[in-house]
Amino acid sequence: MAIASGKVKSIGAAQSPLLGAAMFSPAVLYILLLVAGPFFLAIFYAFSDARIGNTEMHFVGLENFRSILHSPSFRIAIRNSLIFTICSQILVIVGANILAIALEKPFRGRGFIRFLILLPWVAPIALGAIGWKWLLDSIYSVISWVLVALHFYKPFNAPMWLGEPHLAIASVLLVHSWRLMPFSTVILLAGRTAIPKDIPEAAAVDGAGFWRTQFQIVMPMMRPILSVAVLFGLIFTFTDMTVVYILTAGGPFDSTQTLPSLAFALGIQGSDLAAGAAISLFLVPLLVIIAYFMLRVAHRAEVT
Amino acid sequence: MPRKFSSRIWSRVVHILVIAVFTVLLAFPFYWMVITSFKQNVDLYTMENNPFLFNAKPTLDHLKFLFTQTQFVRWLGNTAFVGVVVVAITLLLAVPAAYSLARLSGRWGERLGIAIFLTYLVPPTLLFIPLSRVIAFLGLQDSLWALILVYPTFTVPFSIWLLMGFFKSIPKELEDAAMVDGLTRFGAFVKLVIPISVSGILTVVIFTFTLVTQEFVYALTFISSESNQMIGTGIPIFLVRGDVYYWGALMAACLVASLPIAFMYNLFLDRFISGFTVGAVK
Repeated sequence: MAIASGKVKSIGAAQSPLLGAAMFSPAVLYILLLVAGPFFLAIFYAFSDARIGNTEMHFVGLENFRSILHSPSFRIAIRNSLIFTICSQILVIVGANILAIALEKPFRGRGFIRFLILLPWVAPIALGAIGWKWLLDSIYSVISWVLVALHFYKPFNAPMWLGEPHLAIASVLLVHSWRLMPFSTVILLAGRTAIPKDIPEAAAVDGAGFWRTQFQIVMPMMRPILSVAVLFGLIFTFTDMTVVYILTAGGPFDSTQTLPSLAFALGIQGSDLAAGAAISLFLVPLLVIIAYFMLRVAHRAEVT
Repeated sequence: MPRKFSSRIWSRVVHILVIAVFTVLLAFPFYWMVITSFKQNVDLYTMENNPFLFNAKPTLDHLKFLFTQTQFVRWLGNTAFVGVVVVAITLLLAVPAAYSLARLSGRWGERLGIAIFLTYLVPPTLLFIPLSRVIAFLGLQDSLWALILVYPTFTVPFSIWLLMGFFKSIPKELEDAAMVDGLTRFGAFVKLVIPISVSGILTVVIFTFTLVTQEFVYALTFISSESNQMIGTGIPIFLVRGDVYYWGALMAACLVASLPIAFMYNLFLDRFISGFTVGAVK
């Protein structure tokens, strides 16, 4: 009996590397085929003249990039992508910190409030965005109604929230922040609850006020978790196309296009795969930077 | 003493105020969906009416319209079907991979795990153009199978990551003991590790399913006919006829589709968050 079990164990150990490879290779193969493969195909398309419905394609060098860089729509798209990503992140981090502090203290009904606060994040964003499209409707907007009722605007004279370029940009920015705020809040809340209670209490005993405790003791301890919230937030907003597509479809006059929505408009709706692929490749530099910082956070967490 | 008392009241007032303001800002669009869903059209589209009140009797017409005159039910079915199949594929790929990376391959497993996590950062908006050609090449245009093929690209990496953390928390000695008792390594995995990991696996199931329901870009790119839509694309695109928005039905659809998803996600939220925080919280 003892011999038998010893034998089984040694076989199990000897088989381990092979078994291990057999267990992870389907997933790795799938990812190589459907993530890495298409990624390189996108690079390949960007240097070609590929179009939907045309099987022939030729190598055209940097031609696509040259014409993109000269297009005003592209410059607007890259500017908007950066505005939406950075400004929404600033709003979200300020708001989420305040909200996380407020939610940390227990109070009656906290579970239900948390559910309500989380709705923008957990409900499908396409549906949240269509809700906003109704709130910002050109005629029946409830926001306009309130502003008219408060005499900020004359009846029928309220602004077209999604019809004027600057207001449309502000609206998209607002919806992005609305969507991301719950996510950052729960991440920061997780970070706060992980801080041992006696540290801020000791600071309070030593005479540090609320704000000093927050800024000099809690915030520094929250740095890793804050960077996680920011890095994911940047990615989610930068690569998103749903909010813009539903609210404005890039309009009016391409004024709210972002890199992903312009890539869709040209590459899929306009059948110009090469141009679409070239535009979407402009997402890569920021993604690489974010991945680098993400690895640093993960590495630091491993070492300490 | 009175000063201290009043400052405590102040801090309570500020606390309540902060929570109230944020809750209203964040939840208002959903509250508005509820209001709109049950209002008659005459009420919705009369500008003199106070939109916060029911100026005419509440109605179920929009819901009736949604369930009988549109393909809404079909879209719910499509979404559920794709969700279930993608969950199955994700489990088949991710559970063994996560176990193997957590246990068998040591330092290498760690690196491969991080590499897989990084693929989660490659967004659909970067891949949808080349993938649209792959889908066309495979003859899967306008088929739900196109989505089933592609959705695991974003569900598998994150699931492997979540499960790796889970499997690492199971003590190795447990499997060693089982192997001494005559089970093979794979046998120990199937008969021992999987049963005690049910809650981790359930987390992946819910996470995968909600990700499928939230996806938009691939469904928009690959699916064209009305009857093959998912809820995320069908509602915003096909409930609009020409330029006419059926706001009552639209809002009812958003509400019916998002509340169950939100509820499911909420139940498992803390686990998802621990996946996102990549060990930045101990």
